[in-house]
Amino acid sequence: MKEKFNSIWQRLFGDSVRAFGVVSVVFLLSLAIAPAKNFFSEWRHYQRGYLRLIRNRSEANTLQRHYKSGIQQIWLPELGVVDRCTSCHVGLNEASLTDVASQPFRKHPAIPHKLDEFGCTVCHRGQGAATTVAEAHNSTLAWEQPILPAKYVESSCGQCHRGPLPGTPVLNEGRNLLSRYGCVHCHTVKLPDGTTMKADDDPPSLSHIGDKTSREWIFAWLKDPQAYSVTATMPNFKLADDDARDMSAFLIANSTPVAGDAQAVSTKAAADPSAGASLYGESFCASCHAVQNAAGNMVGGNVGPELTRVGSKVKPDWLQSWLRNPRVYDPATAMPHYRFNDAQVATLSGFLQAKADSDLLANVHLDAATPQQIAHGKRLVADYGCASCHEIAGIKKPENFAPELSRIGSKSITQLIFLPGMPHTLPDYIAGKIKQPRAFSPGLRMPQYTFTTPQIDALTTALLALNDHASSLPPSLTVSATPESDYQPAGKAGKLMTDLACFSCHRINGHGGDMAPDLTWEGSSVQRQWLVSFLKNPNTLRPALIRRMPRFNLTDGEINDLTDYMMTVYQNPSVDRDSLPLSGYPQGQVELGKQLFYGKYSCQGCHIVDPKNDKGYIGPTLTQVGSRMTPAWMYQWMKNPQSLRPGTIEPNRAMSDDDARAITAFLSSQKGAGSKETARK
Amino acid sequence: MTRSSSFVLVLTVAMLAATSCSKKNEAAPLPKPTAFGAAIVESSGGKQSAQTGTPLPQPLVVQVNDEQGNALAGALVEFAAASGVTFDPVNGLTDSNGQVTTNVSLGGMAGRYQIVASTSDKSHKKIELKVEEIALGYQQNLGRVLADQYCQRCHNSESTPERVSNYDNLEVKPHLFTEGDTYNKISDADLTAVISHGGPALNKSALMPAWGNTLGKGDIPALIAYIRAVSDPPSHDAGAVYAKK
Repeated sequence: MKEKFNSIWQRLFGDSVRAFGVVSVVFLLSLAIAPAKNFFSEWRHYQRGYLRLIRNRSEANTLQRHYKSGIQQIWLPELGVVDRCTSCHVGLNEASLTDVASQPFRKHPAIPHKLDEFGCTVCHRGQGAATTVAEAHNSTLAWEQPILPAKYVESSCGQCHRGPLPGTPVLNEGRNLLSRYGCVHCHTVKLPDGTTMKADDDPPSLSHIGDKTSREWIFAWLKDPQAYSVTATMPNFKLADDDARDMSAFLIANSTPVAGDAQAVSTKAAADPSAGASLYGESFCASCHAVQNAAGNMVGGNVGPELTRVGSKVKPDWLQSWLRNPRVYDPATAMPHYRFNDAQVATLSGFLQAKADSDLLANVHLDAATPQQIAHGKRLVADYGCASCHEIAGIKKPENFAPELSRIGSKSITQLIFLPGMPHTLPDYIAGKIKQPRAFSPGLRMPQYTFTTPQIDALTTALLALNDHASSLPPSLTVSATPESDYQPAGKAGKLMTDLACFSCHRINGHGGDMAPDLTWEGSSVQRQWLVSFLKNPNTLRPALIRRMPRFNLTDGEINDLTDYMMTVYQNPSVDRDSLPLSGYPQGQVELGKQLFYGKYSCQGCHIVDPKNDKGYIGPTLTQVGSRMTPAWMYQWMKNPQSLRPGTIEPNRAMSDDDARAITAFLSSQKGAGSKETARK
Repeated sequence: MTRSSSFVLVLTVAMLAATSCSKKNEAAPLPKPTAFGAAIVESSGGKQSAQTGTPLPQPLVVQVNDEQGNALAGALVEFAAASGVTFDPVNGLTDSNGQVTTNVSLGGMAGRYQIVASTSDKSHKKIELKVEEIALGYQQNLGRVLADQYCQRCHNSESTPERVSNYDNLEVKPHLFTEGDTYNKISDADLTAVISHGGPALNKSALMPAWGNTLGKGDIPALIAYIRAVSDPPSHDAGAVYAKK
């Protein structure tokens, strides 16, 4: 062994010349390591691949001119971006490379931002400064944030854009779900602008629940809310029978009666069996409430609760007093006070009471509650945080009941416990947690929701947008949301509008629902006479509309108060009601307007003026528009509809003054023969 | 040098592990067919469009028929597509109607995805059905949102309770956005003109109003991108086709 070593030593370093030669070779070789590593680096491999790709293309010269070799970098100190992604993704800005199916060379899809101004990792995450695929795309020991899967990429838009964008439907939906399903009752979400996210659902107070329903129904509901109503947003707490029994016992024992809540009307329901259904239809209950039809489809709106099995839930006396005036039981309800007479209340409540499901409570048999059960029920109600959502007398709303989610999008994965077989990434964790919260530990109290896969993806997207980066952005780089205003009309009319729950459907000065037209400028838009007759008997203006304004059976005095207020207060400063007369336009101008209406502007595509020939179904019917709208409003509307109602789909035709005046003259002549008849009905 | 060789070694091991894993995943849950069909046809769910990475609105339903053309129960159908596309479930036996239903989520890149549904016949030969689905990128999806808001009431003949179609009420029928034979002949510049200045800009009906003052900057290119993406037959710039290699 030793001899062999000696002989090799002799051969290599036997004399000084030979030793010098060998050492030189070793030295040269070691010097070559760095350039060799560089030469064989991944990004060079991709750049060579890119050059091979463009060589045979017809626009090779242009692409060659744009090509820069070597490591490329987008450096944006303000956004904290140091992105070298463009070293391999060479063709991101090349318009002609849209058809390249092999990555990393395809052109980036069109987006509203320039890549050089925003970089890559702001949207896609990953490690921007890395120069190998594995380090840039995956999580490593030194870098936790891997590339964001495409389905969540809208979350990145949400870091800067705090309000909804037309191009981010998934993010918008996710944010809506966070509010609509009441996630933020338990989980505090402080938005980067300092405000706290508010819930959009309206969980009922349980302080007087005994007036409304039976203990058996509460038991069945607690066990499985979706068995009663498929659309219920209340989640399933997976309660044991005994726990549901004790909680229902506590809620009933804890409930106090509301004065005047159990007054049954003495009048009998109408004898005609179809009277209930037609009153339900006439009152447009379906605009807000859904009922599941025989085919299993939901028919109706989602503002109020589903009524498919309401007869199995509510007590008849409670239902009657609720229909008479819902504000007695719940002063803040979204349900309008309809002013039904006793016969109508009896008819409608009889109709609703018949919507019962005998199977629902068939197997629920509860013995009288013992004090121990009630005490246990109270403990459970506090434990499960019921008071986070519902008002319950004697139980305080818990603070920070569930983990805060304000920075969930940056949560370190070392702090997470994954399920076996689950990919170890933050989006997978969030989605998994929403899908099956109790799978993570049987002791967890988070309930089971009934979200679909797209809904879970949307929620995950919205949550990923709540991250450290979003919170640390300077305000100059963010686009804030328009917050919902807390506008409340004043005086007598204001009280009436609250009583009628106008804001459940209509929006005024940035407050209210979006089901019905915005009334912010209603006083400039319509004629007083029309508004009076409309409130007396609302007839629909749009032929294809299924959600309609109900009749509230208002007194003349109430209508007068409402009309006076709206005509005085809801005035648009750019519309002078008196600048154009209601009628008396020269025949020539009316005729010209008619020609413009049917010819140049072809308004009959969407509107109906002549019911015999016009068929347009999109906009409101204009047969009586001359008795409905003020000419000054119509004129301004022709000039620029979006200036009066932002977001309206009526196209802005940029009409000349003459055209707009002629069409206004034509429309003002449409007084409608039937206007008096409608009022008489 | 040793580093790079060890890197190669690690890579091979990783690749081996990956291939063995994926093999295991595919092999495990395959149900046993009780029948073998003669043909596989699409029942519904082809040519849908959805945002990249998201599920298609309707499931894909395929049907297996026997030699007489009758629906066949108990045949095994497997779905495959380019990487990034997921199926739930990825295979299944046909039900009593001879059908298998799967929910499809498209990949993260915009373009057309070719989905292959396959079943074996009696001689264990594969019979394949190819279906195309469309993944919409950001701009195309924005176009879809805008089209839903402004255009589809007339340009779509299907009515829903929420959006009643106005198509049948129009004297001159608008072209549905999927009519590739029409749209593929109109250049981007002409489409831009007709959207911003109305039908008369191309000597077409004035029932198509001018939207140039209503739509924002970038909206019209988005609408055109959407029309190009969904047109059938595909437009020349519909983008890449992703198929299983």
